[in-house]
Amino acid sequence: MKIVVIGNGMVGLKFCERLLADKSRSFEVVVLGEETLPAYDRVHLTDYISGKTAAELSLKPLDWYREQNIRLCLGEPVVRVDRENKQVHTKYNRLEYDNLIIATGSAPFRPKISGIGKQGVFYYRTIQDLDQIRNYARSARTAAVLGGGLLGLEAAKALLDLGVADTHVIEFSPRLMPRQIDETGSQVLAGKLRSLGLSIHTGKELIEVNGLEKIQSLSFADETELPTDMLVVSAGIQPRDELARAAGLQTGTRGGIVVNDKMQTSDPSIFAIGECALFEERIYGLVAPGYEMATVAAAVISQKEKSFTGFDMSTKLKLVGVDVASFGLPFADDNEYRSVIFENKVTGVYKRLTLSQDGKQLLGGILIGDADAYNMLLQVTINRLAIPERPEEILFTPAAGKTIHQNGVTHLPDESVICSCEQITRFQICDAVEHKDCESPEAVKKCTGAGTGCGGCMPLVKDLVEYKLKELGKYVKRNVCEHFGYSRQELFDLIKLKNLRSYDEVLDHLGKGHGCELCRPLVSSLLASIWNDMILKNGNDTAQDSNDRYLANIQKGGSYSVVPRIPGGEITPDKLIVIGEVAKKYQLYTKITGGQRIDMFGAHLNDLPYIWEELINAGFESGHAYGKALRTVKSCVGSTWCRFGLHDSVSFAIRIEERYRGLRAPHKIKSAVSGCIRECAEAQSKDFGIIATEKGWNLYVCGNGGSKPQHAILLASDIDSETCIRYIDRFLMFYIKTADPLTRTATWLNKMEGGIDYLRNVIVNDSLIIAEELEVEMQQLVDSYACEWKAVVNSPELRKKFAHFVNDPKAKDPSVQFEPLRGQKKAMEWK
Amino acid sequence: MKSSDSIAMEWYPACQVNDVPRNGGVCVKLGEQQIALFHFTRNGEWYASQNSCPHRNQMALSRGMIGSLGEVPKVACPFHKKSFSLIDGRCLGNEQEYSIQTFPVKIENNTVFIGLTKNQN
Repeated sequence: MKIVVIGNGMVGLKFCERLLADKSRSFEVVVLGEETLPAYDRVHLTDYISGKTAAELSLKPLDWYREQNIRLCLGEPVVRVDRENKQVHTKYNRLEYDNLIIATGSAPFRPKISGIGKQGVFYYRTIQDLDQIRNYARSARTAAVLGGGLLGLEAAKALLDLGVADTHVIEFSPRLMPRQIDETGSQVLAGKLRSLGLSIHTGKELIEVNGLEKIQSLSFADETELPTDMLVVSAGIQPRDELARAAGLQTGTRGGIVVNDKMQTSDPSIFAIGECALFEERIYGLVAPGYEMATVAAAVISQKEKSFTGFDMSTKLKLVGVDVASFGLPFADDNEYRSVIFENKVTGVYKRLTLSQDGKQLLGGILIGDADAYNMLLQVTINRLAIPERPEEILFTPAAGKTIHQNGVTHLPDESVICSCEQITRFQICDAVEHKDCESPEAVKKCTGAGTGCGGCMPLVKDLVEYKLKELGKYVKRNVCEHFGYSRQELFDLIKLKNLRSYDEVLDHLGKGHGCELCRPLVSSLLASIWNDMILKNGNDTAQDSNDRYLANIQKGGSYSVVPRIPGGEITPDKLIVIGEVAKKYQLYTKITGGQRIDMFGAHLNDLPYIWEELINAGFESGHAYGKALRTVKSCVGSTWCRFGLHDSVSFAIRIEERYRGLRAPHKIKSAVSGCIRECAEAQSKDFGIIATEKGWNLYVCGNGGSKPQHAILLASDIDSETCIRYIDRFLMFYIKTADPLTRTATWLNKMEGGIDYLRNVIVNDSLIIAEELEVEMQQLVDSYACEWKAVVNSPELRKKFAHFVNDPKAKDPSVQFEPLRGQKKAMEWK
Repeated sequence: MKSSDSIAMEWYPACQVNDVPRNGGVCVKLGEQQIALFHFTRNGEWYASQNSCPHRNQMALSRGMIGSLGEVPKVACPFHKKSFSLIDGRCLGNEQEYSIQTFPVKIENNTVFIGLTKNQN
């Protein structure tokens, strides 16, 4: 069957997708597009101004059309439709069709105003339009937008984004977005837009565009004038029905191709969908109903049963950073309905609900400034769900709204449509979670297509996914494991609040079961970061991870390694000799580490306290090589010896390492101090790194090595040592308190909303007003530091734990075996 | 993995109750064998198993963290965190081919006894 589609916009493309989804039928599809670009996301056109490329806005790559065997002809406008012979004529081609789909959309309405054709006047519809607007705006200091509806406000935002600070919105009717919001809503919205820099003029009729060749000013019916460098016209849409009209199809008096509920025009083999179609006297100017029309047309052509029955025109958008939502019957002033209205002038929030006269049904509403409840309220409206006895609660108490939102997902019927752009139901989403292995909103999005249109349904999808996962017994990802119903961050606060000092206490008070290898180390880490108690005391030894359990790194074969701390990588000859002698005595393999210290391998569990006793007596301390803790602060030689060194990097490194030694964290922490820009200590690959400048230090954060290395980012420059340490205190404490389990600083930053700018605001500018608290907490940890190996060495009770056999403590593990290698030894290979 | 005939099992003293850390394990030497012994203090249960982890044959299970998966008490090997049921020794998780031997435990007068059959000792 030959199908010709006139129009490669969002709706025309959706029609092709739907038609070809049924692989059992074969269609020969030709798509003729007027623009030279393939179908792109016109809904998010403003993103093109704020940085997205045309390619990123493109909906399907050209390969997709090839794979679907669609013949796509771009830049080839249709000239004539010959209904009698069922042919379509373009400039270059003549194509035959069995069914013709007209998806020509609409064009911007061109008001007949004197001077509107001058240079500097633009329309707002295509990427090409935006390119022209972008170019012209470079030399514009003022701009005006004709039209205060959805598109007009988006165009105004685009102009602000292009740097035209003095932008005016001109609206003919007495209020903005006259069809979606009421008078007060418009005032609130206008107020917010004004505070964001836009000038808003309502009830203003433009009668002339002045200027010689280029636009210079606008004249209005009220005899005022507005000087302006450019004008963007966004005063409505005009359905593209010229081809239909010329071919003798029935069209509306004010434009639009008349269609029935099967999307057929007055010629049954010709369909019209999208903004060019007129259904029951209405043009549907949103993408979701357009998609529904495409679906209906595709179904009818495939001889399936489907009809278009109109479409809910609710929308939620972010206009110039302001939430605006309008749904159902947004407002009605007659006595047939009840209204509940809430306004907060200080925060610029306006909410209005329209209820049935008996107050039992929600019929629609308006939300401005805070539209979090939109998805749920829309579902309640569409599905006629029960509302609380005092519906004002939804508006006044955000918590109540959230509860309705969260509880709501459990009460929605299976058939309720969650994603109206793609028509995905609650059932489909739950099915994706339950039977198609989707464990996150992103996975559901990929699997079902929900959220791929306007994206507005994603909060509801997220709630549904969480609800379903809980129901299936798969814990929501934030919870640490099956034994705790809390996230790591919540556990931090609770442990501190309830003064819990041992893992067993935490499990008893906050968890269930016997715990596991996920929550034990996690809670142990939190306890250490909060109280800094010796980690093997309070019965916490059995809650420690493999290495922390014995304060040593377990190696192949069952022996352990020993790493004394060598702050800043500086060591005296005497101490080197001690290490050498200890290694010889206990027959340990020695190696220099990347962290500028020395590692000794092959120690029997039983020998560890003795080895450490000798090291402690010689003045060494634990190096915490075994912990999710501060490891090392490397240094370059610095100003003491190096001819390039700007400052004494070694002294600073030692000071820093001695300040944070013993600090435990969500993961290991590595640092370095370099004495100049040549960076011999490689500070830019560290969790926090310090580089000397002429005036002081530059502090870099969130660099990591490992399998996906990432460089640290500059947090603050030219600061003195005291400030540097203050910032590091705050940074580390903030990391400890807010990171997810086992997350290095780079990943933590990558996941942080607002990224480095947000982090800098928190740490340097104290935007959350927590700096003092963080510094106090860090100081408490610094003040309570004690070397944990020293504690073991001096405690017979703790020393007893370092025995392989409980009933033969002097005997070593016979299975630990070594082989010689280059004059030293190595562990026997795994079997 | 027990012997096929009814060979008598004997109880061997391992250690004192207090020698075993709360909610953790120790390694007991019984003849040539290394036995891991665990005390789940929360509900007073005791378990014993071979000390060697079948994954890489390391004598390490006694040093692992105990826990539960649903209702099943388990231990996770410190090397690679393979988890084993302490009821029947099967590996919990995807690696179904590993399993460990388990032994009965009883307490008498503060002494912990582990039950081995004659040919296990």
